[in-house]
Amino acid sequence: MTTRILTVDDSASMRALLNHALTGHGFDVAQAEDGEVALEWLAMNEVDVVITDINMPRLDGFGLIERLRQGSRHRDRPILVLTTESSEEKKARARQAGATGWIIKPFDPEKLVAAVRRVAH
Amino acid sequence: MTPEDIQAIFFVECEEAQSAAEAGLAACRAGTQDADTIHAVFRAIHSIKGGAGAFGFAALQTFAHGFETLLSEVREGNAPLNPPLVDLLLRALDKLADHVTAAREGAASPQDSALLMELEAAARYDAAGRFDAPVAKPKAKKATPKAAAPSPTDSARDDSALDALLAELSAPSPAPGDQPREQGWQIWLRPLAGAMRNGGEPLLLLRELSELGAVCLQCDTSAVPGLDDLDPDQAYLGWTFVVPKSVSEASVREIFDFAGDDCPITIGEGDTKWADMPYRPAALSPPPPPPAAEAPGEAPQIDTVPAKTPAAPPVGQSIRIDLLKLDKLIDTVGELVIAQAMLAQRLHNDGVAANEEFNMLEGLTRDIQDSAMSIRAQPIGSVFSRVPRILRELAASTGKHVTLKTSGEATELDKTVIERLGEPLTHLIRNAVDHGIEKPDERLARGKSADGTLTLSAEHRSGHILIRIADDGAGIDHTRVLAKAVEKGIVAADAALTKEEIESLIFAPGFSTAASITNVSGRGVGMDVVRQNVKELGGRITIDSTLGKGTTFTLTLPLTLAISDGMIVKVGDQTLVVPLAHVVESLRPAPADVQGMGVESMMLNVRGRFIPVVSVAHAVGALGAVERPEQGVLIVVETESAGQAALLVDNIWDQRQFVIKSLDTHYRSVEGVAGATILGDGRVALILNVDTLVARAAGPRLTLEPIGLEAA
Repeated sequence: MTTRILTVDDSASMRALLNHALTGHGFDVAQAEDGEVALEWLAMNEVDVVITDINMPRLDGFGLIERLRQGSRHRDRPILVLTTESSEEKKARARQAGATGWIIKPFDPEKLVAAVRRVAH
Repeated sequence: MTPEDIQAIFFVECEEAQSAAEAGLAACRAGTQDADTIHAVFRAIHSIKGGAGAFGFAALQTFAHGFETLLSEVREGNAPLNPPLVDLLLRALDKLADHVTAAREGAASPQDSALLMELEAAARYDAAGRFDAPVAKPKAKKATPKAAAPSPTDSARDDSALDALLAELSAPSPAPGDQPREQGWQIWLRPLAGAMRNGGEPLLLLRELSELGAVCLQCDTSAVPGLDDLDPDQAYLGWTFVVPKSVSEASVREIFDFAGDDCPITIGEGDTKWADMPYRPAALSPPPPPPAAEAPGEAPQIDTVPAKTPAAPPVGQSIRIDLLKLDKLIDTVGELVIAQAMLAQRLHNDGVAANEEFNMLEGLTRDIQDSAMSIRAQPIGSVFSRVPRILRELAASTGKHVTLKTSGEATELDKTVIERLGEPLTHLIRNAVDHGIEKPDERLARGKSADGTLTLSAEHRSGHILIRIADDGAGIDHTRVLAKAVEKGIVAADAALTKEEIESLIFAPGFSTAASITNVSGRGVGMDVVRQNVKELGGRITIDSTLGKGTTFTLTLPLTLAISDGMIVKVGDQTLVVPLAHVVESLRPAPADVQGMGVESMMLNVRGRFIPVVSVAHAVGALGAVERPEQGVLIVVETESAGQAALLVDNIWDQRQFVIKSLDTHYRSVEGVAGATILGDGRVALILNVDTLVARAAGPRLTLEPIGLEAA
């Protein structure tokens, strides 16, 4: 079955890049432009992996993760954060926030796909 | 979608981000920023940096990174947002724009090293500059950008493959174990309880390890408890894998990067024993707490962007518009209103007035007009808020202490009206304190409190704004005012004036009753200027005074200067507009209500009060108009100089909004005429200047000389 991915990023170019890379590798991709939109979408749809940016207006990435982890439907959903920081400190923060893993921006499509496969059940 | 398309999206995004940052920094400079402003600027720069990295614009990325680092310090409150800093940020934004342009056009990147150093210095200085304890945090944070710095500054600059860079960054300690082993090498790993938290699945990591060619040598099951004690969310197994020599340690570590401390791994040549990696479920990794309990406390603090505002409105709630553009819009809307009225007229003439779609259009037109007006509307509170200071100054100079009461501060009216209201209002307030409110000993002698009271109020009333300035002072002494006016030669000594006429004398040029001329008021230039100002705003001012009790000035102002409400009346062969601001009531008089006075004058009895009847036909020289009041309609109007009067017209045709076109600019100023407007049928109608019309017709020096309207 095709792995379904929701990407959450407020940057249109980043969304286009993610879409390009993921659909090119056979994933089923849905996109949201901030945490709020993502929550609305997730309330109505099923997904296998969520990839989210951190810095976004309205509801940021950590806020989104927090809300998903608090709820019941997506509590165990793998969530990858897109981050420009690769430091252990940032990774620890992401992990603490409830992220399953991270993708360091700028990302290489192969690594993006590898990261998704690493968490997609 | 081609990569070029995606890149084009990025540049559009850059423009948006730049203007968002520009707006945010402009707010910072104006001092109108709020908590979200700097977040928005940060996000904008951050997004440019992210995209620049993704598209390989290394120089842009490097600069954005330096910019962002400083913004991050500002955002966290480590760098005080003072004018020099805002200045630096604005300069950085300009440089960033140069970078974006260079990236888009494939040109050489602008020189930025000096500015980058300045940005870095600002971030460091401010971080270190202030407190003792909290400095540790920003200082520790300084290490982070440093660690990340190779990405933009060094490696990426020579345009090399980002992959190599990524691999390097992802490997925490790439040095020793990186060399492939001769015989393959071993890895011991033991996922801990936390490895299954947050949607993690160690099995997937092991699968990936296998895909690299690693083979499981041994699985340690010693920690697996009895079935009754087994927690499916816990990990109990330890694993030993042999990894082919061709596989680098870095790539293996990368797989387990996500699990971090939740899946300790040891790499070696076979010396390591399980004893070195004891099973420690409780000590190091407590069972996963319920996510709900953990998340609220910790998660939102990870990033400084507040996460707990799910329903927060989007940023950028206001925009700046050139006032000229706005006025153009309002003018056009005014024309739209007229066009709509013309269409209504045409449809009515063709007998299709009760058309549903047309009613909808009418409603929408009105909505658009209201919206356009509301753009210019501002609360009057901005004017009221200046009053306490005026009162303080007056208290200092006159010794009269005044308590201020205000109401209706939220009442909105046109920006221009607000701006031009300040001066007359200040005059009236000074006048009220200087002339109206008595000195404390006088007040006490009259049984009043020592401190005077000034009441300012604003309210909407039927399309107008009423502003009242009321004092509880001495009130207007009619005898004194009249005596003064006679003395100054403003009125004849034997003139018999009504209360309103006497009160309106204080607006006459050159009139002043103050016993002594003070700095504050009393030079007699104030009140006539006040009336002029109010008139220019299309409003009027009336006085209501009770001797010994106080005086109330009431300003009736239009909501907007562009569009007014008016009654369209027929007077013989003329169609005229009476501004609704003046209209008190209209009536069809019974013959008994009107009484003749002399040859030409008539008085209307309005509930026991007699007011003069003014024949509009006489005033404007209209032909074929009704002669007797009982044949026509009387419109009772309020004027500032002559009190009330009743305008005799043939009939009232309609009441509608009109856009005032100045006669001065299109023809010339005509006494008794305020301007012209275009009626629904496309004809031009003159707007009556009720004040001058009544003053001319009903005043003591009444001369019924037609004011020639041949031009109309």
